[in-house]
Amino acid sequence: MSVVLEARNIVRDYHVAGSLFSKGRTVHAVKGVSFTVDKGKTLAIVGESGCGKSTLARILTLIDPATSGDLFIQGKKVDIAKGDLTKDLRREVQIVFQNPYGSLNPRQKIGDVLGAPLVIHGNVPADERRDRAMAMLKKVGLGEEHYNRYPHMFSGGQRQRIAIARALMLNPSLLVLDEPVSALDLSVQAQVLNLLADLQDEFNLTYVFISHDLSVVRYIADEVMVMYFGEAVEYGTRDEVFSDPKHDYTKTLFAATPRADPASIKARLARKRAA
Amino acid sequence: MALLEIENLVVEFQTSAGMFRAVDGVSLKVDEREVLAIVGESGSGKSVSMLAVMGLLPWTAKVTADKMAFNGRDLLRMSDSERRKIVGKDIAMIFQEPVASLNPCYTVGFQIEEVLRFHLGLGRSQRRARAIELLTAVGIPNPAERLNSFPHQMSGGQCQRVMIAMAIACNPKLLIADEPTTALDVTIQKQILDLLVKLQAEHGMGMIMITHNMGVVAETADRVVVQYKGRKMEEADVLSLFENPRSNYTKALMAALPDNATGDRLPTIADYFKDGTEIAGAAVS
Repeated sequence: MSVVLEARNIVRDYHVAGSLFSKGRTVHAVKGVSFTVDKGKTLAIVGESGCGKSTLARILTLIDPATSGDLFIQGKKVDIAKGDLTKDLRREVQIVFQNPYGSLNPRQKIGDVLGAPLVIHGNVPADERRDRAMAMLKKVGLGEEHYNRYPHMFSGGQRQRIAIARALMLNPSLLVLDEPVSALDLSVQAQVLNLLADLQDEFNLTYVFISHDLSVVRYIADEVMVMYFGEAVEYGTRDEVFSDPKHDYTKTLFAATPRADPASIKARLARKRAA
Repeated sequence: MALLEIENLVVEFQTSAGMFRAVDGVSLKVDEREVLAIVGESGSGKSVSMLAVMGLLPWTAKVTADKMAFNGRDLLRMSDSERRKIVGKDIAMIFQEPVASLNPCYTVGFQIEEVLRFHLGLGRSQRRARAIELLTAVGIPNPAERLNSFPHQMSGGQCQRVMIAMAIACNPKLLIADEPTTALDVTIQKQILDLLVKLQAEHGMGMIMITHNMGVVAETADRVVVQYKGRKMEEADVLSLFENPRSNYTKALMAALPDNATGDRLPTIADYFKDGTEIAGAAVS
């Protein structure tokens, strides 16, 4: 099995500039994180806000360079600070952002949204762009009639489908999903998760799935990494992490997740009556 | 007598395409010391129906109900000034976005004391003392110093604690929490839910918990109302709702929880209504 993504000791520091009254300081957003993801698998990264998971997503998507550490994509070492970022590499890695209301240009028709990556990457003629966009719309569960519409005419779940379609236009091998379902309702969330599973099977995609919702992670992930203040405190297969959490923070996280089964409701009501 | 009693509430909004009915004939009641959860996805009218109770809807909204009584007094037929005396004092509300619902221009101390001045007419030193007491009650460390903080100097969880302190400032009889933890991390969510349930029990308040999260319902509610597209789908006590949901919509909602996933696919709402049955026709109460 081939390794699509490997990170070795990734570090990212942000320097906060000082002023007349305060000294500058350094924020260590990601402190030496290492992992590998095999082809066709899903790595879930879990953690609370401010733990560095989105910073890591930006590094993996080649938006920001890492301060130190090595990143390998398809076995090739990549350092965008040294200008390694080629168009071919850019096609390999795509991202879907959390908020589908913010990540689509309100003045761009859906057809243009989907065609834009093809315009940037190579000379695809207009009618072929159109055909490929139409085909992709059907793949993500939308229809040809949506081609000429604007983003405001779609619901949140449909917009997230469009964002996924856009990310897939260039046939990437790795898709980074930064909280793709946290802004969606439960029933819509189920549809989008099903879609992601179908697409993974069809295109043999590799996912890095960032989330703070443990029930979603348990459903979709093959491997799980828990981050806490920039460090990976737990890393293992889904079953290892969920059945036998080692780190205190992971245990706290599990304990804090609300449980929706009759047994725990009974226990709570009994506690309440006793009080 | 129930604390809050609503019968056949209808809220309509004037839009360019005619009247839009956001809440369509919802009836519910909350008793003292009871936690009622209203569950539904966005657009189900759960927030709008509670904003109607608070009288916080814009003028484009048309609110009608056969009955909307708080503590035996009809909210729809009283004057605005009378209603303002109840809202914020006997009925208090906590909103979804804690950081956005505090005024960034004033310290949190000022904003808490404003409630105390308006509703209780306390003097300056009494207000200060009560504000410190409230911040202590909601678990903010160094309350006396924190009163001088501005909202942007506090975290999301702390801002939500301040909102809770403002809401319980006048010992309300009914607390309406509109998605109080949606914007917060799971660990913070747990703390805030525990705090709300503790305060509710201590003060013997009635509480309405508006949420779309089934886990939050399971952890807090006594009784549950399920809403969809402005209509009530089901009403049940919390245990029977989870053990034995009756309406098709609730069944679909439960099945869509990733926790309950069996096999490779999550069932969606559409799977439950494939045969084209009208979803509203499936309502039970």
